[in-house]
Amino acid sequence: MTTDSAEPKYPEHTYLNDGYSLKSWLLTKDHKRIGILYLISITFFFALGGLFALLIRLELLTPQGDLMQSDTYNKMFTMHGIVMIFFFLVPSIPAVFGNFLVPIMIGARDLAFPRLNLASWYMYMAGAVFALYAIVSGGVDTGWTFYTPYSTAHADSHVISTAVGILIMGFSSIFTGLNFIVTIHRMRAPGMTWFRLPLFIWAHYATSLIMILGTPVLGITIALVGVERALGLGIFDPANGGDPLLFQHLFWFYSHPAVYIMILPAMGVISEVITCFARKVIFGYGFIATSSMLIAILGFFVWGHHMYVSSQSEYAGLIFSALSFLVAIPSAIKVFNWTATLYKGSITFEAPMLYVFGFIGVFTIGGLTGLFLAALGMDRHVHDTYFVVAHFHYIMVGGALMAYLAAMHFWWPKMTGKRYPEGLAMVGAIAVFVGFNMTFFPQFILGYLGMPRHYHEYVPEFQFLHIMSTAGASVLGVGYLIPGVCFLWSLIHGRNAGPNPWEAKGLEWTIPSPPPTHNFEEIPVVTEEPYQYTSEASSVRHS
Amino acid sequence: MSDTLNGQSRLAHHFVDLQQQKSAATLGMWLFLATEVLFFGGLFVAYTLYKLKYYEAFVAGSHELSITLGCVNTAILITSSLTMALGVYGAQTGRKAFACNSLLATLALAGAFLVVKYFEWSAKFEHHLVPGPDFQFDVTHAAAVVANPELLRIEHVKMFFILYYIMTGLHGIHVVAGIGVIAWLYTQARKGVYSAEYYTPVELVGLYWHFVDIVWIFLFPLLYLLGRH
Ligand SMILES: [Cu+2]
Repeated sequence: MTTDSAEPKYPEHTYLNDGYSLKSWLLTKDHKRIGILYLISITFFFALGGLFALLIRLELLTPQGDLMQSDTYNKMFTMHGIVMIFFFLVPSIPAVFGNFLVPIMIGARDLAFPRLNLASWYMYMAGAVFALYAIVSGGVDTGWTFYTPYSTAHADSHVISTAVGILIMGFSSIFTGLNFIVTIHRMRAPGMTWFRLPLFIWAHYATSLIMILGTPVLGITIALVGVERALGLGIFDPANGGDPLLFQHLFWFYSHPAVYIMILPAMGVISEVITCFARKVIFGYGFIATSSMLIAILGFFVWGHHMYVSSQSEYAGLIFSALSFLVAIPSAIKVFNWTATLYKGSITFEAPMLYVFGFIGVFTIGGLTGLFLAALGMDRHVHDTYFVVAHFHYIMVGGALMAYLAAMHFWWPKMTGKRYPEGLAMVGAIAVFVGFNMTFFPQFILGYLGMPRHYHEYVPEFQFLHIMSTAGASVLGVGYLIPGVCFLWSLIHGRNAGPNPWEAKGLEWTIPSPPPTHNFEEIPVVTEEPYQYTSEASSVRHS
Repeated sequence: MSDTLNGQSRLAHHFVDLQQQKSAATLGMWLFLATEVLFFGGLFVAYTLYKLKYYEAFVAGSHELSITLGCVNTAILITSSLTMALGVYGAQTGRKAFACNSLLATLALAGAFLVVKYFEWSAKFEHHLVPGPDFQFDVTHAAAVVANPELLRIEHVKMFFILYYIMTGLHGIHVVAGIGVIAWLYTQARKGVYSAEYYTPVELVGLYWHFVDIVWIFLFPLLYLLGRH
């Protein structure tokens, strides 16, 4: 990066200094400010979910249940899951970076429906209040999946308020997805054709489809659980001939695609960052764009792989297994294209790029172990063991969260106009990578050896691997603190970033950092294909 | 093109022109309706599954519903879709009085639908056809209307009524929401907000109302006409 030249000037009018009152934030219709509101809210929930994770890891240090009772432990992993999935991962990249970047990347002044966008944040917060109420008043212990009939008839914890919270939060997700699709269809700048869209936009388009088509099904399902619990109208109640498996079908119809709500935007981030730091045109643009859509579509037809052992017919299992294998194809297409992008690139290793390298390795392991689980026979062996826990943490924490951090580092200068300290941030990236693998790789082995999930006690043979996992989690925890320190430091001491600190391509880098309230003085006219990087640019950058 | 009313621009700052604004709003409404289809979809899946499993009980339950009231309500809703369409037409052609009257008629019909629904539900309550500890159902009486009475179980009839209440209840909530937005349209229309250049809200609420109508068109045969020839 440039260290010799004079510090760029901080722009005079930005979305950040356009009003300082609380009202100017809480009633803002500016997509960038709403992105920041989301950033603050989800960071809080990430910390809360992390706290539950910490308690879980501490309990598992020893084979005996000594830190907490089994009931308390049930609540810990339930609340960890609910907070991390519904209140952090599902909104994370779309609600923060999607909100901030989708209009700018396509050359628009705002999302199509700014008021709906603000409403989505309020829905998120309202849902969060219900969930927090449930947590504070004693917690919920059904697991994040709310399986019936436990959740409807037996659980003695705050199921209804949690369900209401998730139902309301679901609307925020629907609002965001709907807004993105309309914006991408209707608000592209002149010359911004479909195949000039940044891959980040394609990823968000695919994600939004899942958000608007999947989330309503979760909504009605979770509402039915509430109705059954509160009014005794038992759709899933075997006493009326109800079928608990129907709940699982409806729940996973959303919740499997929800994995792609978390990982598709992450893949969009990877595509943006990797081409910038390899100084090369992205390899296989069309393949990457199409594979996002394929993942979104195929993702709707694989939900049955969660029910291989819960009385689903073998033939249904067979079909779901084959379809689940198919999802590996578009995912692999992406990994191959990213790797090919690196080939003969002028690669540099700034913090965002380190997270990208981490992502590719970790996502590959997470994806391949997904194939183990998609296989009918293998799944019978590792079903409901730590193998599953390790697999989805490789996708959701190793994958989605590392990409989220890559995005934080890559676009932080755009959002705030400030540079973070590169050296410290790189240390953070390495700590996250090492800590993550130390935490979760032992869990693959634990699961394969037969350690079931959801237990707070275990046989002494497993202790060594559990200690390793907990030690890794401490490294990971420190790793997460480092970017926080970098970003806070940069707000006070950071150098001004200038419009394009990475010398990246894309419309967001053509406007000042931080951008003015209406993004563009004049709506840009797009005349070239995306990612026109040349390797010479790097020599300028490192002069 | 007059894109202002009382000096206030109807064009939001982030759109290039009214045309773009309108096409965005229309696409948004269609996507919203797609989410609604999926929302009701979960219930229709549950209904289909249990109807296949407990056909006898569902036929018996269906025979407890009043076809007359169901038909009346179907007619009411279809007519209200017509008056809604006329309201859109009135707004589009700048006939203010016509648009207002059509919207008012739609409101009246939507209200009538809810009144009929109220009588239907209260009759069910009187006959203890409410799932819960009080639920009563005369199996021998129902045996006459089903082909295989030995397969009939009272708890499965209960499931039929659970679905009946949830599905018509959720539809009813949509009718109430419709009444709310149409009433708002009416007050706006009376102020003369809509014209041949600007009538998007009327058109979009119209789409919503037709959707509510279509949901009922599916609910009516599924719930009321099961097993009747
Ligand atoms: Cu799945």
